[in-house]
Amino acid sequence: MSGSSAWHVAEARLRNMWKWKRAIIFYGLGGPLLYLTSIGLGVGALVDQHNGAAGMQGVPYLMFLAPALLAAASIQGAQDEVTFPTLAGFIWSKLFFAQAATSLSPRQIANGVLIASAVRAVFTTITYWLVLRVFGAVDTASALPLILSGLLAGMCFATVMLWVAAHVKNDDGFFAIVGRFVITPMFLFSGTFYPLQPLPLSVQWIGWLSPLWHATEIGRALSFGAGVHAQLFAVHVAFLALMGSAGLLLAHRQFERRLTA
Amino acid sequence: MIRAQGLTKRYGDFTAVDSIDFAVRRGESFGLLGPNGAGKSTTMRMIAATTRRSSGELEILGKDPNRSGPEIRAHLGVVPQEGNLDTELTCAENLYIYGRYFGLARGYLKLKVEELLAFAQLEEKRDVKVDELSGGMKRRLTIARALVNEPEVLLLDEPTTGLDPQARHILWDRLFRLREQGVTLVTTTHFMDEAEQLCERLMVMDRGRIMAEGSPQQLIREHSTREVLELRFGSQRNAEVAAAIADVGSYQEALPDRILVYAEDGEQALREILSRGFDPLTSLVRRSSLEDVFLRLTGRTLVDE
Ligand SMILES: Nc1ncnc2c1ncn2[C@@H]1O[C@H](COP(=O)(O)OP(=O)(O)O)[C@@H](O)[C@H]1O
Ligand SMILES: [Mg+2]
Repeated sequence: MSGSSAWHVAEARLRNMWKWKRAIIFYGLGGPLLYLTSIGLGVGALVDQHNGAAGMQGVPYLMFLAPALLAAASIQGAQDEVTFPTLAGFIWSKLFFAQAATSLSPRQIANGVLIASAVRAVFTTITYWLVLRVFGAVDTASALPLILSGLLAGMCFATVMLWVAAHVKNDDGFFAIVGRFVITPMFLFSGTFYPLQPLPLSVQWIGWLSPLWHATEIGRALSFGAGVHAQLFAVHVAFLALMGSAGLLLAHRQFERRLTA
Repeated sequence: MIRAQGLTKRYGDFTAVDSIDFAVRRGESFGLLGPNGAGKSTTMRMIAATTRRSSGELEILGKDPNRSGPEIRAHLGVVPQEGNLDTELTCAENLYIYGRYFGLARGYLKLKVEELLAFAQLEEKRDVKVDELSGGMKRRLTIARALVNEPEVLLLDEPTTGLDPQARHILWDRLFRLREQGVTLVTTTHFMDEAEQLCERLMVMDRGRIMAEGSPQQLIREHSTREVLELRFGSQRNAEVAAAIADVGSYQEALPDRILVYAEDGEQALREILSRGFDPLTSLVRRSSLEDVFLRLTGRTLVDE
């Protein structure tokens, strides 16, 4: 039997990521700081002034916003670590083809990319939470629920993006399309800044398909006990579980196809 | 070591490798000789257990690559035609990380990397990024990388294509070393001199099929004459003269730029032609080579001219 495993692929990815540590830390801290000062404090003051002690769903606006921001940052981090290496691996450096000539299996190569992106997502969510904590936006007890729901969002999205990126043959405009037609609408219509329900159904469906919304709702329920029906909560969990496993399955299949053609 | 029967690879309607049979024995240096597009790389990728065959039987190290890919690949070394070193890493890092993909222990790799750098004569480039290496150095590093798991079989796809003569000789020398150590080599090439240098036994391939098989000497004996007379009469007259001397030697090939007369005794053939009053611009008698074998088998030259 061979001793190869997905961890060896992840190890190589992490070495590479280590070279970019400054940029990663810069974005990890810069993102939350920007959002917290502009939207968190600015819009937050407005909302809290308007709603008084009731705030948003009974908590200060920043606390309402925190799970969504964390999950969105985690999605962005995980997506970077999935799409760039996948396009590089298949097209630019052809690293995946070098790996596929060793005792690694295509599936292990895909898993290795995901493991590395999970590490990035963990780093991103923890950094984000720390910034929130320093701002006094969240209490200590919120650490586990928020980091967990953030990770969930990031990784579910990552498996699907891994599958999508593994199809790309020509990278012209790939990132622009994903950014414009997937990431941005998802960020805006996932109950990020206000609850999803008041939105008309014509855009509400985006939220229902969005791992960001489902994970955010889980985060809100767990971190400050936002009123979510048990059934709806189960739907959120089931949706993410389904999305994550479907993405993983499809990504495996596509890696296998492309690396054994 | 390797056994193929009716091995076939189709891409859509196109058959890249068309039902070929061959076997490679342990310790042997085996070659695939053929022009671009013959199906050499496709065959190599199937042997490397990275491309799935469309039909036929294939057994590598006693196993079926469709079922035991990772176990087979654990004992293979692969030098692909298209370089895929990690250009952002140094030579030493490339070897180390590739070894990790096989699940090899860090301690083992620390020593192995230095040993391989010495083998590839790249000790001085140890901490230099791959980007900065010459073509020959990159190729040597790729071969060193393929040896990190101490493979039983080394697969080399066009190892010296694109290299200058000096770099080729250094590389061949490294490969002779490996042969002496008993590593089984499978090499593809479209250079007949490389096939003659490296391979004890050859398979001549064209359009996905095997045209002939044997040692270089055997192939030349069976498919060509001992000597070849090359004549040039200028591109206008070649065809006309060829028709007039069709009975000289065993047979002729009229190429656009020259006529090749195949004969056991080239000098004698030349005298015969001169005595008929033909007056070539240049004439040359040489021994037959694999190039002539290929020309005889396919009616085309190996390297596009
Ligand atoms: N992935 C592929 N998809 C479609 N056609 C391919 C693919 N790989 C190789 N071919 C075709 O198969 C033929 C043989 O290619 P190849 O094995 O690379 O030949 P060689 O290595 O002898 O030059 C060529 O005509 C090539 O275009
Ligand atoms: Mg080739």
